[in-house]
Amino acid sequence: MNATAPLSGLISRSYKHGFVTQIASDTLFPGLNEETIRIISTKKREPEFMLNWRLTAYRHWLSLQEPNWSSVRYEPIDYQAISYYSAPQSDKNRPHSMEEVDPELLATYAKLGIPLDERMALAGVAVDAVFDSISVITTFQEKLARQGIIFCSFSQAVRDHPELVQRYLGSVVPYMDNYFAALNAAVFSDGSFCYIPEGVRCPMELSTYFRINEARTGQFERTLIIADKNSHVSYLEGCTAPQRDTHQLHAAVVELVALEGAEIKYSTVQNWYPGDAMGRGGIYNFVTKRGDCRGDRSRISWTQVETGSAITWKYPSVILRGDDTVGRFQSVAVTRNHQQADTGTKMIHIGRNTSSVILSKGISAGHGHNAYRGLVKILAGAEEARNYSQCDSLLLSDTCSAHTYPYIEVKNPTAHVEHEASTSRISEDQLFYCRQRGLNTEESVSLIVNGFCQAVFRELPMEFAVEAKKLLEVSLEGSIG
Amino acid sequence: MNTMLEIKELCVDFNDKNILRGVNLTIQAGEVHAIMGPNGSGKSTLVNLLAGRAGYQVTAGQVLFQGEDLLPMQPEERAKAGIFLGFQYPVEIPGISNALFMKTALNAQRRHQHLAEMEAMDFRSHTRKMAKSLGLEDGLLLRPVNVGFSGGEKKRNELFQMMILQPCLAILDEIDSGLDIDALVTVASGINALRTPQRSILMVTHYQRLLNDVVPDRVHVMMDGRIVLTGSKDLAMELEEKGYGWLAGAGQ
Ligand SMILES: Nc1ncnc2c1ncn2[C@@H]1O[C@H](COP(=O)(O)OP(=O)(O)OP(=O)(O)O)[C@@H](O)[C@H]1O
Ligand SMILES: [Mg+2]
Repeated sequence: MNATAPLSGLISRSYKHGFVTQIASDTLFPGLNEETIRIISTKKREPEFMLNWRLTAYRHWLSLQEPNWSSVRYEPIDYQAISYYSAPQSDKNRPHSMEEVDPELLATYAKLGIPLDERMALAGVAVDAVFDSISVITTFQEKLARQGIIFCSFSQAVRDHPELVQRYLGSVVPYMDNYFAALNAAVFSDGSFCYIPEGVRCPMELSTYFRINEARTGQFERTLIIADKNSHVSYLEGCTAPQRDTHQLHAAVVELVALEGAEIKYSTVQNWYPGDAMGRGGIYNFVTKRGDCRGDRSRISWTQVETGSAITWKYPSVILRGDDTVGRFQSVAVTRNHQQADTGTKMIHIGRNTSSVILSKGISAGHGHNAYRGLVKILAGAEEARNYSQCDSLLLSDTCSAHTYPYIEVKNPTAHVEHEASTSRISEDQLFYCRQRGLNTEESVSLIVNGFCQAVFRELPMEFAVEAKKLLEVSLEGSIG
Repeated sequence: MNTMLEIKELCVDFNDKNILRGVNLTIQAGEVHAIMGPNGSGKSTLVNLLAGRAGYQVTAGQVLFQGEDLLPMQPEERAKAGIFLGFQYPVEIPGISNALFMKTALNAQRRHQHLAEMEAMDFRSHTRKMAKSLGLEDGLLLRPVNVGFSGGEKKRNELFQMMILQPCLAILDEIDSGLDIDALVTVASGINALRTPQRSILMVTHYQRLLNDVVPDRVHVMMDGRIVLTGSKDLAMELEEKGYGWLAGAGQ
C-alpha cells in the first residue's frame, strides 16, 4: 500500500431517494410559449396581476442569453423539450385535510423520512410538501394561524393574500434579475409562502420539502418569506429526485424580506439526484436566492449543505440595506463523480454599520468540480461596514478541483474587509492517527470531513445537523479507494 | 509465559535510506520494556512500523504479535487486535471533539468485540474518572482533538486514550517529553495503573526520570537502527551519567 492509496480511486454508491412514485399525473405537453403560461395561470386560478407579471417576465426572458460566466459546463438545455407543469391528478380538487391526500403521496414522503401526518411529524417542524409543480399539503397551518403566521403554498397565498403577494413578489429578485430568475417568474408553478407578523417568534421550524417525480419536467418553484418588524423565523428546505439518466432542470427563486429588527434563518439541505459515476443524469440546479435586510437591525442568515445535483449554480445573497444589519452565509458543498458546483454568495452593504460573515467549505472527490464565487460590495454610504470571509477547500482525490473567486468592491474607506482561503487534503498523519485508534479508512475520512464542516453544521437546527452529517457520510461512501 | 511481541532481524528502509538494520526484540506478556537511544537512531520508526504506518519498506526480518504475522495487517486491524501507539507528536483533528473522537474509536473496538456501542452519556460517565486521574479538565474533552493543546496536555491525552482503549500492547513514544515535574508523576502513576500481568508496555524515552517511577523489566539501547545493548533499569542510570558515546560501535 503506498502512501496516497487510501485517498485515491472512486466507487459509486447508490442514491437512496432515487425511486419513482407511480401516480397518475396531469402533465402539460412539453414546450414553452405564451399559451403555456396562460394555461399555468388558469390552472392556478390566478388573479390578473399574476398573469401579467408572468407574461412580462416571459417577454423579457426571450430577450436574454443564457449566462456563461460561471465555471460549470453542460450541454445546451432545450427549453422546448421540458414540460412546465405536472401535478398529481388527485389534486384536481385540492385536498384540504390529510384524509383527502392521495395515500401514494403520503407514502412517498414517509419513505423520504418526512411524515406528513401531524401526529407523527417531527416535533416542532411544520412542512409544506411540494411534489413536482404543486404543493400537496402544508401541515400545522391552523396552529400557526393562531399567532397570525401565514404558512401555505404560494398558490394559496396568491388566492388568499393577494395584497401581500403583490406587495412583495419580485421586490427582492425582480424578474429582470437574471436568465433563470426571468424564466422562473414566467412559469413558476408553486412553492412556499410565509408571513410572520410583527413581534412574533415563530414557535416551529418551517420547512418545505421539494420532490421532483415526473420525467421530462422542470421544477420551478418560488418561495417568499416576509418577517415583519421584530419577528423571528427559522426555515428549512430539503430536496430529492428520482434517479434518471437524463438531466432535469430545477430553477427556483427564493426571496426573503426582513423588516426592522426581524431575523430570518434559512437552511437548505440539498440532495437532488447527482447523476451516476459516469456523469449521466442528475438535476441542473440553477437557483436565485436573495434576502433583503430592509429594516434597521434586521438579520438574515443562509446555511446550506449541498450534496446533490449534477450542477449547482447558486449564490444566496444578502442586501444589507438597513443600518446595523447582519448577513451570514455558511455553506458546505460536496462534489464527487462528475458533479459541478459553482456556489457562493453576495453581500451588498448599503446601510451604516452593517456586517457580514461568509464561511464556505468545499469538498471535492472523484472528478468533482467545486468553485466558490463570492462578492462583497461595500457602497459609498456604508460607513463602518465589516466583512469576514473564509473559504476552505478539501480535496479527496487527484482528479477533482477547487477554485475560489472572491470579488471585493469597496467604495467606502471606513470598511473592514478580511478574506482567508485555504486548500487542503486529508493528511496521511491524520488518517494514520484515526486508523491507529481503530477506525477504518472510510470512518476516518468521514470523521475528518465532518470536523472540516463543523462550523457550518453548528448553524443548522439540531435535527437537521444530524441529517446533514448522515448525508455527508453517504455522499462520501465509496469516495475513498 | 506468553510472548506478546517478537521482532526478528528486522530491516526497514524509508525513502531509500536504511533506518532499521536488524532489530531483535522480544516482549513477554506483562513486561514493561524501555527503548532509549540518540536522536535519529530509529526508535520512532520502529514503533510507527509496529502500528502500521504506511511508507516503510521492510527489506528483511519478521514481526510476530501474539504469534501472528503482524506486518500484513492494516493499522485499524492492529488497533482492534489491541496494539496502541501513544504518538510522539499527536495529530490535530479540527472540528471533532476529543470526546466524540474517542467514543467513535471505542465503539469501533466494541463492535469488533461484539459488544453494544456506548452512548454519549455513558461514555462521558465511563471516562470522567480516567480524565480526572490524569488531571485533564472536562473542557479538554469537548475541545477538538489536540487543537491548541499544550505539549503536556497532548501527552496526557494520549495516555487518556490508552486508558479508554485498554490495549494489550501499549507503545508509548516519548510520553514523558514536554511534561512538567508534577505531570510526569501523574503520567507515571497512570501507566503503573495500567500495568497488568496480561498487558505489555513498550516505552521510548530519553530520560531516566520516567523509569524511576515506571520501573521497566528491560532497558534497550538503540543506535544506528539496531538494539546494541539490553540491561535492567540500572542501565538507564548508567546512560544518564555517561551518555551514548561509549557505546559507539557496540553490537556491530
Ligand atoms: N519523514 C521522514 N523523512 C525523511 N527522513 C525521516 C523521516 N522520518 C524519519 N526519518 C529519518 O529516519 C531516521 C530515524 O528517525 P526516527 O524518528 O525513527 O528517530 P528517533 O530515534 O525516534 O529520534 P528522536 O529521538 O529524535 O525521536 C532519522 O535519520 C530521520 O531523519
Ligand atoms: Mg522519535
